Amino acid sequence: MTITITEAAAKHVRNYLDNRGSGVGIRLGVRTSGCSGMAYVLEFADASEADDQIFEQHGVKVLVDPKSLLYLDGTELDYTREGLNEGFKFNNPNVKDACGCGESFNV
Amino acid sequence: MALLQLSEPGQSAAPHQHRLAVGIDLGTTNSLVATVRSGKAVTLADSEGEHLLPSVVHYAEDGVVVGRKAWAHSASDPMNTIISVKRLIGRGLSDIKSLGSSLPYNFQDAEAVVPRIKTVRGAVSPIEVSSEILKVLVKRAEESLGGELEGIVITVPAYFDDAQRQATKDAATIAGLKVLRLLNEPTAAAVAYGLDSKADGVHAIYDLGGGTFDISILRLNRGVFEVLSTGGDSALGGDDLDHAVAEWIMQQAGISRDADHSMLRRLLQIACAAKEALSETDHVQIDVSLADGTTWQGDLSRDQFNTLVDPLIRKTLAPCRRALRDAGLSTEDIEDVVMVGGSTRVPRVRELVGEFFKADPLVTIDPDRVVAIGAAIQADILVGNKPDSEMLLLDVNPLSLGIETMGGLVEKIIPRNTTIPVARAQEFTTFKDGQTAMAVHVLQGERELVTDNRSLARFELRGIPPMVAGAARIRVTFSVDADGLLSVEAEEQSSGVKASVEVKPSYGLTDGEIESMLKESIDHAQDDMEARKLREQQVEAERVIEALKAALADDGSELLNTEERDRVESALSNLAATINSDSHAKIKAAVESLEKSCEFYVERRMNASVRRAMSGHSVDDFE
Repeated sequence: MTITITEAAAKHVRNYLDNRGSGVGIRLGVRTSGCSGMAYVLEFADASEADDQIFEQHGVKVLVDPKSLLYLDGTELDYTREGLNEGFKFNNPNVKDACGCGESFNV
Repeated sequence: MALLQLSEPGQSAAPHQHRLAVGIDLGTTNSLVATVRSGKAVTLADSEGEHLLPSVVHYAEDGVVVGRKAWAHSASDPMNTIISVKRLIGRGLSDIKSLGSSLPYNFQDAEAVVPRIKTVRGAVSPIEVSSEILKVLVKRAEESLGGELEGIVITVPAYFDDAQRQATKDAATIAGLKVLRLLNEPTAAAVAYGLDSKADGVHAIYDLGGGTFDISILRLNRGVFEVLSTGGDSALGGDDLDHAVAEWIMQQAGISRDADHSMLRRLLQIACAAKEALSETDHVQIDVSLADGTTWQGDLSRDQFNTLVDPLIRKTLAPCRRALRDAGLSTEDIEDVVMVGGSTRVPRVRELVGEFFKADPLVTIDPDRVVAIGAAIQADILVGNKPDSEMLLLDVNPLSLGIETMGGLVEKIIPRNTTIPVARAQEFTTFKDGQTAMAVHVLQGERELVTDNRSLARFELRGIPPMVAGAARIRVTFSVDADGLLSVEAEEQSSGVKASVEVKPSYGLTDGEIESMLKESIDHAQDDMEARKLREQQVEAERVIEALKAALADDGSELLNTEERDRVESALSNLAATINSDSHAKIKAAVESLEKSCEFYVERRMNASVRRAMSGHSVDDFE
C-alpha cells in the first residue's frame, strides 16, 4: 500500500505548513458523502493517530487512516493550475466513476 | 476533477459545499480581491497575472468594461469613463459638487437624492458603477476558486458614514453578492499583520495612498479591536510627491509652467518613475525630451528627493498628532505602526513615520495588498472555516447621533467614537396636553443646535394615547450595527405603539467635512452653550405660558377677581414679550416673576382641586 506526493504538491504543503506555524503534516482520507458516494479529505494534521499509516516524501509527512487507505492505495497527490484556479489534485487509480466535477467518486 | 485546498483538521467541506469567501478592497484608485487558500491569505490575479484592478468603469455602446481596458478610454471618452467612483458613493449632488470641478461627468436631475451620471448606456448611479467593479472581482475570484462565493467582506474607510456604508452594501447586493461584513480598512490592515493574536496594545495604521491620507489609532483589548480615533487629509497622497518631483524637473530643465498638457502629463509619469526607482537606489537619471527637440538630462539623488518631499510627508504628521490627542494617547503608547498604501514604499516616509511614533513601521506585507488580505482573513472566519476563532472586530461611529428636542436643540444619544455595534435608548415625553404624535428628527454632528448639525432622517410616532403634557413615556432607541448602519425606533411605553426608521443613503460627508464639523464644535463650544441655555429657557417659558393659559381657561374666572386676573395676565404678557430676548437671564427672571405673581393662584387651584376630590367623601375614605 502506498501514497505518493509530487514535488510541486510537497512544495506547497511545506509553504502552507510554515505559514500556519504548526502541524506535523497533512492528512489524506475519504469519507462517505457527496453525490457519487465518496469524498476526499485534505487537512492539516496536528497529531498522528495510533492506526495512521505515515508516508514521508519531499520533506512532507502524509497521514492516512487504515480505512481510507483501502480507497486511496496508489494515489498520487499533485498540485496543478487550471486557468485561474489552482489547488491539490488526487490522482487515484481506484476510481471507477466520479461525479461531473470529480469531487466525489466511486470505487 | 475539482482542485482542493488544505482545511483545518475536521473542517473538510462536503463536496460542492466549500465555504468560499473573499475579501475585497474597493479602493478609490485600485481594487483588489483576496482569499484564504490552504490557510494562507493571498490576493488573486487576473488572467494576465495582474492583481490590482484599476477602479475605472467605461460605458460603451456595446458593453461595460472595467479596469485597465476602461482606463485606456479615460482620455478619449472621459464622459463615459468613470474614475474614483468611491469619492461619489453615498453622496448627494451638492456634496459631489463641493468636491470641485475635477469631475467631468454629466449629472442627471439635480434634485435626485442619488445622483446619476449620464453615459451612452443610460444614467448610472455611483452604486451601480461600484457594483460593476465588484462583479469583475468576484468573477475573477470564482474562476480562481472554482466555485460560487458564499460571501464577501468589503473594506471601507473608517470615516465612511451611514449613507456611504449602506451604498457600498447596496452595490454588492446589485452585483448579487452576500456581504458578510463591511470592515474598516485600518482594522483589516491590523488583522493582516496578525495584531489581533498579539498581546493587548494600541496600534497606529498609517495609510498613504495615491490621493488620500488616513491615520487610525486602534486598540486591541482582550482580542477585540476598537478604533479609538481617525484622522487624515483627503487631498494628500503619492500624487503630491510626483508633483513635487515634476516641479523640480521643470525648474532644473527650464520648462515653463504653461507648458502644454501632454508635456505636463509626461513629466508626472517621469517623476513617478523616478520616485519609485529611488525606493531602491540612491540616484536616478532623468531624461526629458523638450519641445525644441533637445533632451534634458538630470540626476536626482535620494537626498535631494527627500528634501523635495519632506514638507509633504511632514504634513501627514499633524493629523497623526490630532488622532493621538483624540484618543487621549501619546506616541509612547503606540506599539506597532502598520504601513498601508503604495506611497509608504518611499523610504523617507517610513523613516519619518518611524521617528514620529518611535517604532519601526511594519512593512513586510505589500502595502497595496495588506487591506485586501486582512479582509480575506476576516471573510474566511465569518463563513466558518476557522470555527475556533473568536476574532470580533469593533469600530466606532465617527460623529455623534441624536434627536431634535423642543427649541431646536439636539439631544445626543450615541456620542461620537462610541464603539459599534451599539444600542442606546433614552426616554422622552410629550410637550402639550393631549399630544398624540411626535416627530422624531435624527441628527448627526457635534453642535448643540439642530441647524448646525446634519439631518439624517425624520419620522413620526403616531397613536400616542392623549395624556397631560409630560406623562407619556416615549423610548427612543438608536442601534448601530456592525456595519455602522443606523436604525432608530420610538415606542410609547404604555400603549406599545412604535415607529422606526433605517437610515438609507441620502448623502454623505467627506472626512474633511467630518473634521471641520468637529473643529466647529470646538470653536463654537461657548456660543453653543449660550445658545442651549437660551433655548432651554425659552422652552421652559413656553411651557409655563402654555400651562397658565390652560389653567386660566379652566378656572380663571372662578378663582380670580378681575383685579387679580389682570395682574396674572400682565405678568403673562410680560413673559411672552421677553421670550424672544437673547438673554436667558432675562427670560429666567420673567419666568420667576410670573411664578411669584401667580403663587396665590396656584395655591387656590390646589385647594380647589383638593376640595373637589374630597367633597362627598368622609375623612375615613382617605386613610
